[in-house]
Amino acid sequence: MSDVVEKTLTALPALLALDSQPGAGKLSSTSRLRHLIRSITELTSKHEEEKLIKKELAAIKDQVSSPNTTMRQMRELMVRAMYCEMLGYEADFVYIHAIKLAQQGTVLEKRVGYLAVSLFLNENHELLLLLVNTVLKDLQSTNLIEVCMALTVVSQIFPKDMIPAILPLVEEKLSHPKEIIRRKAVLALYKFYLIAPNQVQHIHGKFRKALCDKDPGVMMSSLHIYLQMIKENPASYKDLTGSFVTILRQVVGGKLPLDFNYHSVPAPWLQIQLLRILSLLGREDQSMSELMYDVLDESLRRAEMNHNITYAILYECVKAIYTIHPKAELLEKAARCIGNFVLSPKINLKYLGLKALTYVVQHDANLALQHQMTIIECLDHSDLIIKRETLELLFRITNAQNVTIIVEKMLGFLRLCNDDYTIIDLVGKVAELAEKYAPDNEWFIQTMNVVFSLGGDLMQPDLPSNFLRLFADGSESEEQDRQLKLYAVDSYLAVLKGDCSHLPQRFLQVISWVLGEYSCLKEDVDQQEVIRLLKKLLEQRGVSSETRSWALSALTKLCKGPGYAELALELAESLSSSLDTVLRQQAHELCLLSQDSQLHARVLPHPAPSDNLEVDSSLSFLDGFVSDALAAGAAPYKPPHQRQEELSQQRALSLEPYGLSLPVTMSSCTLTDRQSPTFLSMSSDLSGNSTELSHRTGANTLMLEGVKRVWGKDGYIPQKEPSLTPAAVDEPSDVVQSPDQQGAAETSLPEPEPEPPQLDQEKQQLASSLFVGLGSQNSMSLLGKTEVAVPRFRRKARQHESASTSGTSESSSNSSHSSRSTTDSFLYGGLLEEEPATPIQNSYHTLKPTIANGSHDARQHSQMVSSTSENEGAATVSAKEDKQANSSQILGSDMVIVRPSKLAEESIVSQRNCSKSLPVAFPHSSDSMVLQLPSELQELPHSDVVSLTSDPHLSVSCCRVFREDALLLVLLLFNPTETALRDVAVELSCEELETASLRGNVMECLEGRKSSVCRYTLLMERPHTQVAFTGSVSYQTQPGHTHILPFSGKLSTADFIRPLMLNTEEYGKLWLSISNDVKQNLKLLTGGGDPLRATLNALKDSLQLHIVDIIGSEGIVACHLLRGGPCLMHCRVHGASLAVWLRSPLPSLPDCLLYHCQRALQEH
Amino acid sequence: MLMQFMLLFSRQGKLRLQKWYVPLSDKEKKKITRELVQTVLARKPKMCSFLEWRDLKIVYKRYASLYFCCAIEDQDNELITLEIIHRYVELLDKYFGSVCELDIIFNFEKAYFILDEFLLGGEAQETSKKNVLKAIEQADLLQEVN
Repeated sequence: MSDVVEKTLTALPALLALDSQPGAGKLSSTSRLRHLIRSITELTSKHEEEKLIKKELAAIKDQVSSPNTTMRQMRELMVRAMYCEMLGYEADFVYIHAIKLAQQGTVLEKRVGYLAVSLFLNENHELLLLLVNTVLKDLQSTNLIEVCMALTVVSQIFPKDMIPAILPLVEEKLSHPKEIIRRKAVLALYKFYLIAPNQVQHIHGKFRKALCDKDPGVMMSSLHIYLQMIKENPASYKDLTGSFVTILRQVVGGKLPLDFNYHSVPAPWLQIQLLRILSLLGREDQSMSELMYDVLDESLRRAEMNHNITYAILYECVKAIYTIHPKAELLEKAARCIGNFVLSPKINLKYLGLKALTYVVQHDANLALQHQMTIIECLDHSDLIIKRETLELLFRITNAQNVTIIVEKMLGFLRLCNDDYTIIDLVGKVAELAEKYAPDNEWFIQTMNVVFSLGGDLMQPDLPSNFLRLFADGSESEEQDRQLKLYAVDSYLAVLKGDCSHLPQRFLQVISWVLGEYSCLKEDVDQQEVIRLLKKLLEQRGVSSETRSWALSALTKLCKGPGYAELALELAESLSSSLDTVLRQQAHELCLLSQDSQLHARVLPHPAPSDNLEVDSSLSFLDGFVSDALAAGAAPYKPPHQRQEELSQQRALSLEPYGLSLPVTMSSCTLTDRQSPTFLSMSSDLSGNSTELSHRTGANTLMLEGVKRVWGKDGYIPQKEPSLTPAAVDEPSDVVQSPDQQGAAETSLPEPEPEPPQLDQEKQQLASSLFVGLGSQNSMSLLGKTEVAVPRFRRKARQHESASTSGTSESSSNSSHSSRSTTDSFLYGGLLEEEPATPIQNSYHTLKPTIANGSHDARQHSQMVSSTSENEGAATVSAKEDKQANSSQILGSDMVIVRPSKLAEESIVSQRNCSKSLPVAFPHSSDSMVLQLPSELQELPHSDVVSLTSDPHLSVSCCRVFREDALLLVLLLFNPTETALRDVAVELSCEELETASLRGNVMECLEGRKSSVCRYTLLMERPHTQVAFTGSVSYQTQPGHTHILPFSGKLSTADFIRPLMLNTEEYGKLWLSISNDVKQNLKLLTGGGDPLRATLNALKDSLQLHIVDIIGSEGIVACHLLRGGPCLMHCRVHGASLAVWLRSPLPSLPDCLLYHCQRALQEH
Repeated sequence: MLMQFMLLFSRQGKLRLQKWYVPLSDKEKKKITRELVQTVLARKPKMCSFLEWRDLKIVYKRYASLYFCCAIEDQDNELITLEIIHRYVELLDKYFGSVCELDIIFNFEKAYFILDEFLLGGEAQETSKKNVLKAIEQADLLQEVN
């Protein structure tokens, strides 16, 4: 009772001070705050404000710490403190009081306390822990307002680790009678799902309940969770598509209470949410898409009012239509809709129209064509954001014909732009376009010059290194390479002659390297002049030491012969006092090399040999030494991560307080033990041959001039090198063009029509140059950029492969040539889309009108010829070529879509099979039940069927099927009783694995003496030696009696390993590109035949490895982790043991594999 | 749909309200606020209400002397965000009775309460004007009866 009185008393002043009408809110603020705000507005300078706030904060500090301050006063103080924080002054001393206020205050004060907490603290603040108890208490309060406040604060900030403490209470609120509480509880769970998804995994069933809530508001909140979950794994929620469609239909049809209307549009937020969910579910899924065509059509139709909110819905609708499986009629409507956006006088709509166009042109380039005039207007728009979006659009429609004008526009924008983020982005895009579509060398170099000067030192570091790689690797035509190099040298000399003090360091480095490498190609240039310019650069102020090092490397290359001894001496002298050890050392090298021309020629041969210098960067010549040491009892080398692990384990056990000295010893042993090629690669960086920006490192002086860099510190190379990626390597012969044929191909295939050079002011003309190549001849919508020119600069890497397989392609006739090159161009077009197969047929259709127009060129004609000849199986085309051409249509020529696309098909096929054959009734005799895999799986390699668990009603077995793209875990359920089981549902989880349920995990009924299969595809994201999976089967023997049968099992890395098909050469390249390595001695199997062969075969059988080659006492083996990286093994017989050296880009994969190798050999 | 943050500031660049839905350090918050206020104020009235800023999309709108400014992710719907701002302004207007900047300055905690009732954790929680205000008024009333 006294409690009540007290509360009334404390509330009394509030009653007096406040007006109960919310409309009169102005009066309710406390006078102190008003006073503070007034005085601040009266101030004239920032300094005065600072003084005033400091005073204010001091006063607040005094008061909050005083024991006499009441909660009511505290509330008022808190508001003032919040105000000060908003002005940018820290008031951290009140944080703890905010928590206290939330804890101890009455509802009125609690509300301010919670607000203050959510404003002051962020998710990771340690004080938040103190809030947990308060929240717990309030969640259990009978006062609805308190519960609401607690849920509100929980969905804003809550410490992740403490979620389990309040989760049951929040869950309980899902069945609260009040709609508002249920809604907030769902949102709180959504928040938990975002920050700690595994904490709420077990309550997915409750999400479904929330989705079916009778209150639309609660249902709407649950959609946030569903959107998130579907984004992560659309496959598991396909069954809900129908429900979402129904909900959307009801919403669109105006079936919701009027409360949900917004400006007389029914529940727009809900509509947009649903449209998003549907587009995710319908993506690349025709059957799902078909379910939603009608409702999407209706949404388009209903949203006709001229108001932002309807446009918001329309925009989402259009996006959904273009995301799901296409339907012509809807696409047409959507395209019209985009047109309305683009043509709208409202700038916001115009922007969105452009954004939608950008999204859509990949599917339908024609749409851009329709709006070309608008696009051109937007290009000159005064608002930069519109311009920027327009450029983005143009970027997507660039082809060989319009590249110059588009790049010019982009560079023009770059010159005006001062936002770093945009610059980095655009510079990268220009460089990409320039490399892909450059019409000639001159243009390419000049464009890149602008890119380097504008992008400056902001740009991504791989941009200059890619550029240099282009030079280093060369393209397919030597003459063209030479021209490019010569032009670059010319251009750079001109740059250096001018004022280069303002140029970015990266640009100067590029210049130095190119001059050092190629200036001697140019006969008419005085080398002295080049040297003079480089020397000037070296001595120039404001040049970083990194750049100096590049310049000095270039000088070293140029100074050959005795004539330069003097210069070298001079440089060495001037740099001998440099503080930079690298420069000092390089100068010393220069000095020595210039004196000994023979040594110079050996170290820096010129011209750099086109074939690779054999450099044993793996230091295999030390293998014997290592094995000897191992045999003599030395500890095997452990990679740092393994040591780290062991270290932490040790730490956990020992109670030694100081573990800090350990990392130091570790680093020193890295240097001595590692014998790593990275050491070499560092030094080759210094020698300037590196196309990577040099890491300025220690004093190693090996000069590896002319070595083709295929390794990098962090494995930088694989990016554009098809030969290094396991996928492309599988069928190298498909991307082959033999060197001498290239010549022929190039003469017979002139470059795409040269860009009309004149640029008129006329927009029409601009339009025609911008949109050239998008017109009728390429109108097939699925192809996007079909005409796609053969990119000018093809990386040489491919030529390599051609050498090994040129035999096959040499037999091909001329017509197959052109078919090859056209397929190439398909590839380039097709790569942007993800529909590798369909465009090909289309292209044949659309070629005809082209020819009818008379604008065809020889290339297209010959394509026709070849395609028909292929179809007819004409004698000129051998079966082999046919295969080659066909497969290369699907395969990427220098990109790596090869396997994915194939695999995708396969997996689709297998899924279809599933659908046909399910539920599978096994052939069985009436008495003995033998569980068997479905027939289509039996052909795949698989393990034995192992029983996992059973109870009187059900037995669960499992079988691992080693599919090429994933591990298929097949669970076989068998009902040994006579009675049927109802509502059988299987759940499987494993934290370390990526799991996806294919089919069969939910069944309405499992008849007596029947069995059923359910399948999961599993992928291992990161290597683990072993992972455990757990799961459960729930079923009902009779309505209401749910049984749960848990099961668990183990999987090992070996299940996720697949052979990697490489040949020796590819293996060698890949080996050099990886640096993580592990060495270990293994048992050598003796008894019968060659021990090495026997051991390797044993490993191959148990671990699915691919033996690449066995040469004498050495063997090389390759495999890869599904979805992970490759792992290479190099084995060498040493005495009675097998010295194994593993390399993989995945740090822990070698260890895992070694473990399994050891086990496999022991078991043998 | 997740909103990253919402800022209210005056034409003079004074911050009036800030709500962060993603965890950021105070230093970052201040930097972002400073940069954004500058960028938005520099824009001309007829310009587009959307901005690309770092990897985010900024959606802003001016109401009288106040700028309302939201950050969303690139793939989010800009127009609906604009309507979220508008609905918030409507709510403030209804609650305060033709709201002006001063209302928000002097009663900023009320403005926060309304925002929290409307958007929870960056997502639209209750879009009905009536229901939001009902919830707020209930809390207001309960305080005094208690």
